[in-house]
Amino acid sequence: MTVTAEAAPVLEVRDLRIDAKSNDRWSQIVKGVSFAIRPGEVLGLVGESGAGKSTIGLAALGYLRPGARASGGTVRLLGTELLAIPEEERRPLRGTKVAYVAQSAQAAFNPAHRLMDQITMVAVDRGGLTRAVAEKRAVDLFAALQLPDPQSFGSRYPHQVSGGQLQRAMVAMAMICNPALIVFDEPTTALDVTTQVEVLISIRKVIEDFGVAAIYITHDLAVVAQIAHRVAVLRYGEVVEEAPIAEIMDNPQHPYTKSLWAVHEMPAEPSGAHGAKGQPLLSVETLSAHYQDFQVLKDIELAIGRGETVALVGESGSGKSTLGRVITGLKEPSQGRIVFDGKPLPEKVRQRSLELLRRIQIIYQSADTALNPRQTVRKIVGRPLTLYQGLRGAAREARVAELLRMVELDETHADRLPGQLSGGQKQRVAIARALAAGPDLIICDEITSALDKVVQAEVLRMLIGLQDRLGVSYLFITHDIEVVRAIADRVVVMQHGGIVEQGGKEEVFSPPHAPYTGKLLASVPDMAVGWLDRIMAARAV
Amino acid sequence: MDQSFDARSVPGRLTRALRLIGQAPLTAKFGMVVVAAYAFVAVFAPWLAPYDEVEVVSRIPFDGWSAEHLLGTDQLGRDFLSRLIYGARNSISIALVTTVISFVIGCLLGMFAALVGGIVDQIISRIVDALMSVPDLIFILMILSIFGSSIPNLILIIAILTSTRFFRIARAAALNVASLDFVEAAKVRGESLLWISVNEIFPNILPLILSELGMRFCFIFLSIAALSFLGVGIQPPTAEWGSMVRDNAALINMGDITPLIPAAAIAFLAIAVNFVVDWLLNRASGLNEEG
Amino acid sequence: MRMTSHPILSMVIGRIGLGLLSLLIVSLVIFFSVELLPGSYASAILGQTATPEAVAAMEEKLGLNQPAVLRYLAWLGGAATGDLGMSFAGRPVMTVLGPRLMNTVSLAAITALIAVPLAIMLGILCARFRGRFIDRFLSTSTLASISVPEFFVAYVVMMVLAVKLQWFPSMAGIRNSMDFGEQLYRMVLPILTLLLVILAHMVRNTRAAILSVMASPYVEMARLKGEPEGRVVMRQALPNAIGPIASVVALNLAYLISGVVVIEVVFVYPGVGQAMIDAVRNRDVPVIQACALIFATAYIGFNLIADIISIVSNPRLLHPR
Repeated sequence: MTVTAEAAPVLEVRDLRIDAKSNDRWSQIVKGVSFAIRPGEVLGLVGESGAGKSTIGLAALGYLRPGARASGGTVRLLGTELLAIPEEERRPLRGTKVAYVAQSAQAAFNPAHRLMDQITMVAVDRGGLTRAVAEKRAVDLFAALQLPDPQSFGSRYPHQVSGGQLQRAMVAMAMICNPALIVFDEPTTALDVTTQVEVLISIRKVIEDFGVAAIYITHDLAVVAQIAHRVAVLRYGEVVEEAPIAEIMDNPQHPYTKSLWAVHEMPAEPSGAHGAKGQPLLSVETLSAHYQDFQVLKDIELAIGRGETVALVGESGSGKSTLGRVITGLKEPSQGRIVFDGKPLPEKVRQRSLELLRRIQIIYQSADTALNPRQTVRKIVGRPLTLYQGLRGAAREARVAELLRMVELDETHADRLPGQLSGGQKQRVAIARALAAGPDLIICDEITSALDKVVQAEVLRMLIGLQDRLGVSYLFITHDIEVVRAIADRVVVMQHGGIVEQGGKEEVFSPPHAPYTGKLLASVPDMAVGWLDRIMAARAV
Repeated sequence: MDQSFDARSVPGRLTRALRLIGQAPLTAKFGMVVVAAYAFVAVFAPWLAPYDEVEVVSRIPFDGWSAEHLLGTDQLGRDFLSRLIYGARNSISIALVTTVISFVIGCLLGMFAALVGGIVDQIISRIVDALMSVPDLIFILMILSIFGSSIPNLILIIAILTSTRFFRIARAAALNVASLDFVEAAKVRGESLLWISVNEIFPNILPLILSELGMRFCFIFLSIAALSFLGVGIQPPTAEWGSMVRDNAALINMGDITPLIPAAAIAFLAIAVNFVVDWLLNRASGLNEEG
Repeated sequence: MRMTSHPILSMVIGRIGLGLLSLLIVSLVIFFSVELLPGSYASAILGQTATPEAVAAMEEKLGLNQPAVLRYLAWLGGAATGDLGMSFAGRPVMTVLGPRLMNTVSLAAITALIAVPLAIMLGILCARFRGRFIDRFLSTSTLASISVPEFFVAYVVMMVLAVKLQWFPSMAGIRNSMDFGEQLYRMVLPILTLLLVILAHMVRNTRAAILSVMASPYVEMARLKGEPEGRVVMRQALPNAIGPIASVVALNLAYLISGVVVIEVVFVYPGVGQAMIDAVRNRDVPVIQACALIFATAYIGFNLIADIISIVSNPRLLHPR
């Protein structure tokens, strides 16, 4: 990590202002942002959705998305003022002097061309390399990025390689002309946590080996702590705090920066705080399920006690969401059964009585698709009251207001449409709808993963509070270990459709682990500088 | 935020609609004015036309333009302008009725097929595919030659063929909406199929199928004109623009543009409707957050 | 090469099978819709004044006393070998339609050969210069021209080029005795009209197909790699838009078919379209059925070709894992 402090900056952004058009009105989404990056330096841009991170990252390439315009400030790349020159002069700099790594490599690679053609294109067209030299360089990069079979890797098409490999191929594509600056835009966000480590290691190695300067954009402070030298924390298009990474991690100044620790610092609920002993509320017995010939669930055995929170943890494709669907009756099991409150649960939704349906509710990951955009909050929350309890008129109105207060919303929100609410408010409405039924069990399918950290912590705290008051059980489906630590009583770890390990939270989270659990836990970045260094050091041995 | 939700009362909607029209591009405004003018002519045809629709008013067929007969007379000596005005009423009303019938059939079946799924959906979809694998005009010609050409036959066959388009779009839109979590949530809640389609699905697919409505009206309007022009659509003595072109086509070889006027009238309305639809479609694809 | 196990080959074969199946269904629809004829088939030929004896004799002669299924199989077998039965006028349908089929095919083929490349070029141009003058001009003018009835275009073309300027004959009555140059000269107006009719549809749909590909993240990525806009369209968007473009082109060839009917009537062009209109007026059912079958086959063929192009141009299928 060598940063030459006195050298001229690679990129200097001063008082950058960018407007975006929505609903035929221009509004400022980047409000006077300034920073500079010296050769070999990595600047982390941290912020949550809508903070303007990507817009700033793209502006470093002199690029504005359609519907956006720069309304002030300067972006100086290697001494060239990008916003002052015409597009024809900016374009040749992209790919050669400054390169971009997108969030989803699967979407950013063109399906019609071989990887090698896409990776070497800029170098051959404008980088002054011959095809043979460019391909040689690409193969070297593949090797440096630890891609399998570097000689033949480039002859494949994008759909023929895995997501993690594709993400590294995109890093190779960015590096091909040896640019002075690379913009990494959430390069690991779309990946599973065990794949994320591998890609992070590759990115770190390449940045250090080639001494390239970089902007690393992410919402995850733990990730940026492993990569960046300095961090700028963004909120609503403004930098609220900028400091060397160690300072930010040890001594955050701004209240917003501190709030990024909100979930991390939630007191871990001690195991067994909830959950009466005795007969479980729901138990799943030797359950299997198939999609056509593919087995998605294998011999699942688990139990949820009354008033207990069970966290179902696993990476994408582990079958955790399918298990949720089987319990709600949307997917039929091919084998095994589910017992609810001492009685076997009918397999299909249509076979279940209204009373049974009332007692098991579900909350979805995305409140955007879970709430009908054309119904008011009153209708959304009131419908279960009418359906299950026959409430109408003033009684229903009063109960809706009460439920909205329970989820910490104002009763005036009842008149709004979902489109007029924020993401956190929408998720609260979805929670109120589930509570309206008066359920015994709520299946929470990744309900916090689309929310900002502060809002996540607020929602989690509210759910714990509601559980204490109402004695409801939660089945918490999530990939986020931090959330599990905060809320779960018991943890069930899934992989490839089977249960790898289950037990009390302390039990599962402290060694000895099952091999997969160990790998999963070891892959979650620590909220501290040096975590990746230790992993890389351990591997080098 | 709060302002926008206050503006949801009824007068607010009207003001918003007016403001919306005010912001429309020039082509759309032009389209709306033209559509309104046609509607006016169609409704008040008997009061506007100088002569009767089928009355022979002159012994000279193909008479030239004069003060008495502004656009001259047709092949039987009827007043051309009067027939043009009555033609608006006939052509537009027949196309409108056909559009509404096909819309109702197509949308109901489309939503039904999407929600019930399985074998029912398969059967309806295959029948629709078969109907769509013959070009519309050819199919209509064949059926009309068998059943004979009358206005009810014409309306029915075109309505059935056009309903396949509404079916496709309504089914696809309903399937899209049905895959969203709020529909799944309603199923898990124990709602009936009917409640789900009325409350959850229909309000969400309405904007899409409404713009299709405008496009299909144009298509039907043009099809009827083409059929009448070919002599198998609306039969004499009813005044219809397509058949007026055909009956007076001989004048074109003499360099007289009178027969082109009804054709231009058809084109003008179709252009106007398409301009309005295009604007609505652009708006719908641009921003949906207004709810 | 293990051709048999290649997924593309099996998909193409499957798609051809599907095309044949829809052709079979269409032939069923065409044949049996006649069975719905109010009154009998024979009395339709002889007119309402015919005596019952004459009707019975006619039915005997046409083989109508046999079950419909047998007649269908005979008709289908005949159609497959190029024999479409006898017209009510007493001549073999193929003798009536054969020469006309050639005329129509050459009219449609020349039009398609000009229209398809031109439409794709203009569509690409619109997508490349999206929102600029050329795009706005073409979008508005094509929107206007898809709203214009075919016969209006035909008569305006005729009025200007034949009646006023007298460059071309207004009637396109071509005969075999004419040499090819003379035939082509007489075909200019019908071809021009057909071009104007289908070009607008094709340009609009091609533009939309390319623009929907242009919204993909990999197109933005290409821009972020500094690729010039022209190459973004040609190298990044176009290879992925081949399938969608093929589908919209095939779909728009349906307008070619209905356009052919109207335009042949306007210009008195001796083709299948005009024959069909004459047959409809005379209620000559075997000729109508034959025409419908010909047009439907052409349409199904276009869509089949488009689907095969889509399959073959899909890199995910072309290069399986």
